[in-house]
Amino acid sequence: MEFSIYDFTSFTKSLDKLLNENMSSFWATSIEMLLIGVGILAFYALVGLFLVYAERKVCAFIQNRVGPNRVGPYGIIQTIADLFKLLMKELIPIKNADKLLFNIAPFIVIIASFLAIAAIPFAKGLHAIDFNIGIFYVIAVSSMGVIGVLLAGWSSNNKYSLIGAMRSGAQIVSYELSVGLSLITMVIFAGSMQFSVIVEAQRDGWFLFRGHIPAIIAFVVYLIACTAETNRGPFDLAEAESELTAGYHVEYSGIKFAFFFLAEYMNMFIVASIAATVFLGGWMPLHVGGFSGFNHVMDFIPPFFWYIGKTFFIIFIMMLFKWTFPRLRIDQLLTLEWKYLLPINLVNVVLMALIVLNGWHF
Amino acid sequence: MITEENINVGIKEEEFILNMGPQHPSTHGVLRLVCSIKGEIVKNIEPHCGYIHRGIEKMTEKLTYPQIVHLTDRLDYLSALINNEAYCLCVEKALEIEVSDRIKYIRTIMSELTRIASHQLWWCSFGMDLGGLTCFFYGLRDREKILDIFEETCGSRLIISYNTPGGLMADIHPNFQKKVKEFIKYFRKTLPEYDQLLTGNVIMQERCKGVGYISKEDAISYGVTGPSGRGSCFSCDVRKKEPYSAYKFVNFNEVLRCEGDTFARYMVRMDEMRESMNIIEQLIDNIPEGPYAEKMKGVIKLPEGEYYQRVEAARGEFGVYIVSKGEKNPYRVKFRSPNFSNLSALNTMAKNQKIADLIAIGGSLDYVIPDIDR
Amino acid sequence: MGLIKYISGIFKGVWSLLQGMAVTSSYFVRPWTIVTQQYPENRKGNKRGRSKKKLEMFERFRGELVMPHSENNEHKCSACGICEMNCPNGTIEVISKMEVNEEGKKKRALDKYVYHLGMCTFCGLCVKACPSGAICFSQNFEHAVFNRAKLNKILNNEGSKLLKGVE
Repeated sequence: MEFSIYDFTSFTKSLDKLLNENMSSFWATSIEMLLIGVGILAFYALVGLFLVYAERKVCAFIQNRVGPNRVGPYGIIQTIADLFKLLMKELIPIKNADKLLFNIAPFIVIIASFLAIAAIPFAKGLHAIDFNIGIFYVIAVSSMGVIGVLLAGWSSNNKYSLIGAMRSGAQIVSYELSVGLSLITMVIFAGSMQFSVIVEAQRDGWFLFRGHIPAIIAFVVYLIACTAETNRGPFDLAEAESELTAGYHVEYSGIKFAFFFLAEYMNMFIVASIAATVFLGGWMPLHVGGFSGFNHVMDFIPPFFWYIGKTFFIIFIMMLFKWTFPRLRIDQLLTLEWKYLLPINLVNVVLMALIVLNGWHF
Repeated sequence: MITEENINVGIKEEEFILNMGPQHPSTHGVLRLVCSIKGEIVKNIEPHCGYIHRGIEKMTEKLTYPQIVHLTDRLDYLSALINNEAYCLCVEKALEIEVSDRIKYIRTIMSELTRIASHQLWWCSFGMDLGGLTCFFYGLRDREKILDIFEETCGSRLIISYNTPGGLMADIHPNFQKKVKEFIKYFRKTLPEYDQLLTGNVIMQERCKGVGYISKEDAISYGVTGPSGRGSCFSCDVRKKEPYSAYKFVNFNEVLRCEGDTFARYMVRMDEMRESMNIIEQLIDNIPEGPYAEKMKGVIKLPEGEYYQRVEAARGEFGVYIVSKGEKNPYRVKFRSPNFSNLSALNTMAKNQKIADLIAIGGSLDYVIPDIDR
Repeated sequence: MGLIKYISGIFKGVWSLLQGMAVTSSYFVRPWTIVTQQYPENRKGNKRGRSKKKLEMFERFRGELVMPHSENNEHKCSACGICEMNCPNGTIEVISKMEVNEEGKKKRALDKYVYHLGMCTFCGLCVKACPSGAICFSQNFEHAVFNRAKLNKILNNEGSKLLKGVE
């Protein structure tokens, strides 16, 4: 079994071969699915915990604070301690709540983000499933989360959570459009919806640079829209702690609350990794056409680190959004989408189509 | 007996009642706002007060005149020194004592420092009400410097009790003037940062401009004073109208804005911080020599009569009304608190606006609940 | 014209947002502007580099009422009770006893100076009113105890006497 940190293709191939030689194909597939499931679950939990810690530290430094620094060196274990606290807390049953929906809602939210992570390429060959409609799949799956939010808000039998859920519904339904359209702009440029093809096409330069003006517009629009879609930053109307105390998850406690919390951070990770993959070349190192020496140096850094670096860069920008801007009002939120982002996006799609047709790109 | 019909008395059809408070992050204390809403739009607001009523006015009737000072701290705790000053001025007025210029100067500087500190805290919480959490920490960071100045001279940070009838508890600390000058230098540098972070922000301007309008007539009839009233063109600065302490020795402008919306109230407060710094700068180097407290009798007895003194607190006009029967305890004390009248205008301002606007308007009124309930 | 206004509005808005981000990110890259004091550590001063400044309260800080005693276990309190009268909350109870001094005269002396910390509002009127300067405020601010009864303190030491010359 050969293993290379630069290319996982041969590793996964040989693993597959090994399993198929020793058992029937049904069992081999089952074991592979189990391995991938456990792997993604572990990755999911780790990244979630790390993101919570990172957010605390980033916002602390922005706000002239130190952030968590008591549990473990530099407070690294703080989020794990918090997780245990949440695990051990009582799950408060709500009188007059719709019990079934109330209990299902956090799972819907977390499953939606869990499904989306399957299609993301982490490195060359490190890819749970490579759909030929990868982008379409991710958009479709990630918009399922809103059902969980709506159910949570409605079934809690609480006025604050109901308002929060209604806001969230209006928000996500409208911002789906912008996310979809800005990704479609890049799909036009790439000519494919398959993530592996999109990443491979950025070997000589990232789409953000190759697609110049329309790509940059699409990138900015995507950043804004995906921040809104993850209910974060200036668009956290569904939670709006100064207006609705905690919005849709006001009645949840313990691990169910932790699910919402974790899903929020994982959604942020997912949209950031899609942005990194589509606009910044995913795991592809920074290459400049013609400079083979420079490209060779860049290739030394393993692709996985490129991917993580780019993703965290975008996550940092989203955190900066959240800790700088005041919250929008619900009508301004919809105005921003329908009067600004959507028209800009539509013009941008046409512009991109023209550029692709005439070959005016790098 | 509670029946289906009994419960719904007074609730119109299709009204959705949302209870904001007594425990709600944006009411800044234990205020309860019963809002009838329709979708996102607030149709009517009914403030319910009294969750932190401590009977301060009644308590004063059992205390001697110097003892009452420490209760005035606990009304509007963010402008504690100004409340102290108002009460002491009222007692001095009754006793017909003219305090020395040194006392007047120090009291004025302390009041203006309190005003800056209070407005800084207002800025933090206003930013936080709008959802910009970082504002909160920047504001508190700078407020800490004023509190350190207070602590060094007065011995306490929030509940200060620095004034006494006839003077001050202690003379200023030798470091006082140096530290105040340092602070003004520092704060003149950081105040533009506030503007950069929040005032200029397009989201904040959209949230505030044209929201929570109150006309000059309404402001006068509701008695909306202070920065909230001056945001609607109501010229009500007691420091200008009836100069007390050292305000007659300084040049300053009354900040007035005529838009009458949340943004106007916001800008009045931001400009008032600058104006307060001007006042302090004019006074800080010229504190005259003199006693820090006038000689008073061991037991203060006010001559029989009624006395009223008003001052400009950080949130508006603060008045103290004392009825004396010539004993060592007052017969009755009434505090005219600015927040109570300001709150009464909330319904006019926030009617037919969104829920999020209600929060912004509440933030711009800057109410302190212990002052409302007393 | 509408289109120009629309587009310039977008750019102005984005510019104002970038201004705010410049402020926050400038603090992010300047960790030395952190103002947090690391409380339990900074009591001892610089420990493991976590806390920069030692925690020192200002000398006028009104932390807790104390009665200073000299080396010979003598205090200045003549049990006159002015502080008790001046206290707005009944925090102070001066319990006196009658004592016969060397000259054979009966004189009032301090038996117990009871201070109810739980009731104190730290207004400072007692210290201001004391004619002999027998009481003052210490800078101790860590009042938390496990039992409410511990908040009732007796300020004069066991067997302490009145300092000579204080009336």
